[in-house]
Amino acid sequence: MTAFHKMDEPDHRNRLDAMVQGVLGTGMDRPDGPEKVTGSATYAHDGQVAGMLHGVMVRATIAKGRLEHIDAQAVEALPGVRAVLHGDRFLRNPAQGTANEAPVQGSRDIAYLGQPVALVVADRFEQARHGAQSVTLRYSEESASVAPDAETAEVPDKKQSSAGDLAAAMDRAAFCVDAVYTTPGHNSAAMEPHAAIAAWEGDLLTVRASCQMLKYNVNELADALGVDPEHVRILSPFVGGGFGSKLGISPETVAAALAARALGQPVAVALSRQQVFEATMRRSETRQHIRLAADAEGRLTGIGHEALVSNLEGEDFSEPVTQATPFLYRGENRLIGHRISRVNRTCAGSVRAPGEAVGVTALEIAMDELATAAGIDPVDLRRRNIPERDPGEDRPFSSHMLRAALDDGAAAFGWENRPQGGARQGDWLAGCGMSSASRVNMIGKSSARVTLHPDGTALVETDMTDIGTGTYAILNQIAAEMLGLPPARVKVRLGDSDLPKSAGSGGSWGASSAGSSVFLACERIRQDIAERCGCDEGTLTLKDGMAIADNRARPLAQVLAGAPLQAEGEIDKGKTSEAVRQATFGAFFAEVAVNAVTGETRLRRMHGSFAAGRILNAKTARSQCLGGMTFGIGMALTEELIHDPRDGHIVNHDLAEYHLPVNADVPQLSVNLLEERDPWANPMQAKGIGELGICGAGACIVNAIHDATGIRVRHLPATLDKLLEGLDRLDDLG
Amino acid sequence: MRSFHYERAADTPDAVAACAAGATIIAGGTNLLDLMKREVVQPERLIDITRLDLRTIESAEGGLSIGALVSNSDLAAHRDVRRDWPVLAQALLSGASGQLRNKATTGGNLLQRTRCYYFQDSAMPCNKREPGSGCHALGGATRLHAILGGSDACIATHPSDMAVAMTMLDASLDIIGKDGASRRLRLRDFYRLPGDTPHIETVLQPGDLIAKVVLPPPAGGRQTYRKVRDRASYAFALVSVAARIELAEGRIADASLAFGGIAPRPWHDPAVDRLLVGEVPSAALFARVADVLLDGAAPQEGNAFKVPLLRRTLTATLNELCREIPQ
Ligand SMILES: Cc1cc2nc3c(=O)[nH]c(=O)nc-3n(C[C@H](O)[C@H](O)[C@H](O)COP(=O)(O)OP(=O)(O)OC[C@H]3O[C@@H](n4cnc5c(N)ncnc54)[C@H](O)[C@@H]3O)c2cc1C
Repeated sequence: MTAFHKMDEPDHRNRLDAMVQGVLGTGMDRPDGPEKVTGSATYAHDGQVAGMLHGVMVRATIAKGRLEHIDAQAVEALPGVRAVLHGDRFLRNPAQGTANEAPVQGSRDIAYLGQPVALVVADRFEQARHGAQSVTLRYSEESASVAPDAETAEVPDKKQSSAGDLAAAMDRAAFCVDAVYTTPGHNSAAMEPHAAIAAWEGDLLTVRASCQMLKYNVNELADALGVDPEHVRILSPFVGGGFGSKLGISPETVAAALAARALGQPVAVALSRQQVFEATMRRSETRQHIRLAADAEGRLTGIGHEALVSNLEGEDFSEPVTQATPFLYRGENRLIGHRISRVNRTCAGSVRAPGEAVGVTALEIAMDELATAAGIDPVDLRRRNIPERDPGEDRPFSSHMLRAALDDGAAAFGWENRPQGGARQGDWLAGCGMSSASRVNMIGKSSARVTLHPDGTALVETDMTDIGTGTYAILNQIAAEMLGLPPARVKVRLGDSDLPKSAGSGGSWGASSAGSSVFLACERIRQDIAERCGCDEGTLTLKDGMAIADNRARPLAQVLAGAPLQAEGEIDKGKTSEAVRQATFGAFFAEVAVNAVTGETRLRRMHGSFAAGRILNAKTARSQCLGGMTFGIGMALTEELIHDPRDGHIVNHDLAEYHLPVNADVPQLSVNLLEERDPWANPMQAKGIGELGICGAGACIVNAIHDATGIRVRHLPATLDKLLEGLDRLDDLG
Repeated sequence: MRSFHYERAADTPDAVAACAAGATIIAGGTNLLDLMKREVVQPERLIDITRLDLRTIESAEGGLSIGALVSNSDLAAHRDVRRDWPVLAQALLSGASGQLRNKATTGGNLLQRTRCYYFQDSAMPCNKREPGSGCHALGGATRLHAILGGSDACIATHPSDMAVAMTMLDASLDIIGKDGASRRLRLRDFYRLPGDTPHIETVLQPGDLIAKVVLPPPAGGRQTYRKVRDRASYAFALVSVAARIELAEGRIADASLAFGGIAPRPWHDPAVDRLLVGEVPSAALFARVADVLLDGAAPQEGNAFKVPLLRRTLTATLNELCREIPQ
């Protein structure tokens, strides 16, 4: 019994607001929290099985060429070493998100330094690691392109558009900005390194892995191995952070499965932190040429946003830098451009809000430059440029909450009464800045099964994953709300590819997609109950395990009479994805202190106001925003993949030298979630919130640095060396 | 990680005997183990010295004697250190993280290895790790690297904060040699510049064990440690300054400065100290001091910013220490 719903029409019924259990939207604690903090939650590498062998990957140490020879014999002679494996099925790099097939395979052709080329398997982990470090590789080296190059870059058909005449608009503009911004590469830096344990029983493969999207991952893994996807099962009940880096199947998982098959024993492969940096996805560095033209009132007449990004040869993905530019602001003359440079660097893929994270950030620095040039308050400048309709494609917005977010954020932060920019306290210069947030909203095909047991408990099952976001909590709340059950009576099972297939976690679509499928299944169960109660589903009230109809309350157990009710729900994307522009919006505000001597920037406080449709759980939604804002701090101030200029390899491949913000970098952050329902998004009127908090977040900090010092940093991160020259000039003035 | 033998020393003679036989000392292990896992170093034999009686901090010779096994946390929290050598407490607390400082020892901190990206990656050429293989930092990523004291063979920096403060304080080390005899050495004479032998980092002889660090009697004036880094905590110094200034009647009566993050060893330049003594503090004086300090600086493209940064940080630190304090 499947309740199928395609989002072809807006759903104005707003069913969830008619429910009375009162748990949805509350800041309910994660049911999985105690397991996680006590260490009993089993992450990929925790599910160790008896008789398991350990594998450690061997990396290429050249940027480009052919692997001619692997001296396996010497390594196989080392104590404990069982085998040195390599071959045509090994992955060059992880699959891109939703690829649904294997990425480029083969150990022979080397495309970047750090590429996994072999696996050493041993009885113990330490033996395998020593083996991997002892392997001698012989190459024929070729000359590599290790840095992006605008001249030779590809110009794809996609991500290009133009309307009107931008050059003419720039000529006529009362105020304009024409500048180049750069952002460096980033690593997801999820806490849990990528790991897999593979075991075969006959031709059935079970893999415990750290994956975000099981439906796709099963097909990718099966394709890589050359087996029937029906024979592959992936278990990812807990994922220690993904941020895009676990969207597609990655090299260690395929290697573990190949080794387990070759050796007839379960094999575990975990990447070291250095390998995570080198062999999983990086976010491409970007070069962004932005042009803004405005009239005397600061109303935009033109926007140009042209991006140069990079990736390996043969990869379809390219950082969608300009994703929000077509619709965020008004302006009749528009130009969007995109180029991809082919480089021998670690594969580029989805990392923490691909596109908007870096694209909105650069655009919002440019908007600040425009505000300065026009002498208009930056919040006001944005208010003046909110478009009526999606200007890129001339269609309505499903909702446009930017103005509400700007107003709410400015009030919460105290923007009107902010300290004077440049005010000095000791060696510290104070400044404030703001920026808008925006992220496209998506939904993907997703199913779930809900079973209401005669004892009045419910079970929710889907192959959806919880990558630390709170999926266990919100799916519980949706079912509890719809079925009128206390959350303690609802159990959620996730992360098993044998369960109904979901959209998975990625692109902020997980809650909307998987949540809607649970909603639909519950709605079907409600219809069954209503039928048994002889009433219309719309008039049925379910609360605290009681079914109330026609003024009569009966325990669910009585209604079910000993037999469970089960339904599957399936949601799919439909015409509402094209008919309207769906996006989430927000606004960021920050106060910084810049050290006038050293150029060190310290964030003092930061606020974000966000609108993302119905908020399913106030606590986990807020946590998502806090995480996004923290990534914004990293993007603005500290995070940067450093590539060696000669071979392109990532030199700062650990958490000591790749500087994520630490506690001392993250001051008090505050978050307001705005009340909103978006009927075009899905039957729950909820939109994705996971990535919104990072999209543009870095800009408010960089803009605050400008307010404090008058120094405009266009090349992120704003490390102190980029301020020294400007501070010298300030000294001369002062 | 290669297989290795592990022994735990019961007492100092035991440890010295093992060292004399070629064992590598392991104390807190916070640096050594990371390097072993990545096969940057591959000792065949480890001697664990954590059971030795070297955990005391006591007054001695008018100064302070610090056992080599005193943890960075305990040393930073010690009442006498905070009162009489606050620069040392500041330096310690600016390093690593609380968890690491609980484990890290005084001896291990002095002998921690460079964070140079190329030293830490056993696939890259490095004269320090593999003499004669070349220096890959030259021409590579050099944000962490030296602007003073480097050579064509190596431009790695010494990463310790604690050692910078101790160098400024003119601390000494008590070292037990393989014959069991103890000798004393000034920390300022302890580290060697790389020249063409960057793999030899100190004047220690094979088999030597650091038993104690001895601080001279507290000196007058004011002291401070200023560390400039890429994030607010848990990052190595780009530039750091340990300074002590004693003023008398508007003049600098005594001065001692040392610098971190800029050289293969905690950097002390006697000419800098001499230049300050007897002078009236002024912007011109501090500029002259910076000139002398930076004379001969040889930055790379990636760390050229350290020259102005050091100049600015030095000046600000001297300003702070020479500012009249209201009584
Ligand atoms: C992520 C990270 C960040 C860090 N940040 C900083 C920082 O900001 N500033 C800073 O100063 N430090 C920092 N550190 C380094 C830390 O201070 C050192 O790792 C620590 O002090 C080493 O002490 P240990 O006792 O663990 O040494 P071990 O690892 O045990 O030993 C280090 C070396 O010293 C030798 N050794 C130890 N004791 C003796 C002895 N008594 N006699 C002779 N030889 C001896 C060992 O043989 C070994 O070669 C950081 C470390 C990490 C991992």
